[in-house]
Amino acid sequence: MRARVFVTLKPSVFDPQGKTVTDALHTLGYAAVKDVRQGKYFELEIDSTCPDDARALAEEAAGKLLSNPVIESFRVELVDGVVA
Amino acid sequence: MKFAVVVFPGSNSDHDAYYAAEHVLGQQAEFIWHKDHSLKGADVVILPGGFAHGDYLRTGAIARFSPIMAEVQKFAASGGPVLGICNGFQVLLEAGMLPGAMLRNRSVKFVCQHVLIKVEQTDTPFTNACRVGQVLRIPIAHGEGNYYADPDVVAQLEKNRQIVFRYTNAQGVPTGEANPNGSVANVAGLCNETRNVVGLMPHPERACELAIGSADGLVVFESAVKAVSQGAFAAVQ
Repeated sequence: MRARVFVTLKPSVFDPQGKTVTDALHTLGYAAVKDVRQGKYFELEIDSTCPDDARALAEEAAGKLLSNPVIESFRVELVDGVVA
Repeated sequence: MKFAVVVFPGSNSDHDAYYAAEHVLGQQAEFIWHKDHSLKGADVVILPGGFAHGDYLRTGAIARFSPIMAEVQKFAASGGPVLGICNGFQVLLEAGMLPGAMLRNRSVKFVCQHVLIKVEQTDTPFTNACRVGQVLRIPIAHGEGNYYADPDVVAQLEKNRQIVFRYTNAQGVPTGEANPNGSVANVAGLCNETRNVVGLMPHPERACELAIGSADGLVVFESAVKAVSQGAFAAVQ
């Protein structure tokens, strides 16, 4: 199975990179973009056919290594089927 | 006495720390590879600066799982003095040995310059030879030194006197202009609750001889020698 893990900074944490991207977009004329928050995206190929097991593994990995709970939160999505 | 300097793939201040301990202070120093399982009888452990594992994922995030870190955690839990410098501080944060986390510098720039830091606490093994309020001129070199912790954690740090170093002006005042990276409360360095684990972003090992611009960092290493010689902060081995 494949799991997608999205890691984002908590809303209370200032994102200097996101602020820089926002400023760049404004310079390009995209005044409608009010804010950008930069995060990380992971695709995990998991050797399992059981969605519950795969999700549990992905969530454990996300909590232990892929994110830092002090500043970040994460969301896991499971994807069925073959790798595109 | 003996300093252990842990070497991660990507460490680059390991030789500076070794040089400060062995050649400036005249103490024994030994490199310990991150895959080793022993600190080889060291009295003090230094996690040096650099870019362990290329800083991939997050600074220190992969290094904290290196085999030697289990030994460093045991050493610290038994009271041994541990100093994390720059990337070493980031490793201590990721390992949960110190509270909080690092964000990208507020300016989004890598900052490499001498800064002034004030010693706020002298009851740690790395500041006990300092005067309270002493201002040190020490270089920083980092892109992710913007210290962050939740407000309640910062309040706890203040209450427990765990903020050991703060970025200040020459008068020892923690101003916004003196803060090079946006760290909350101008934090430049911290200790744990038992005060034997200290982390700081500035590089004292790069300020140990006047020939390279400042010798203000030497007192950090002299403090460690004093602590160990007095039997304070010794690991139970």
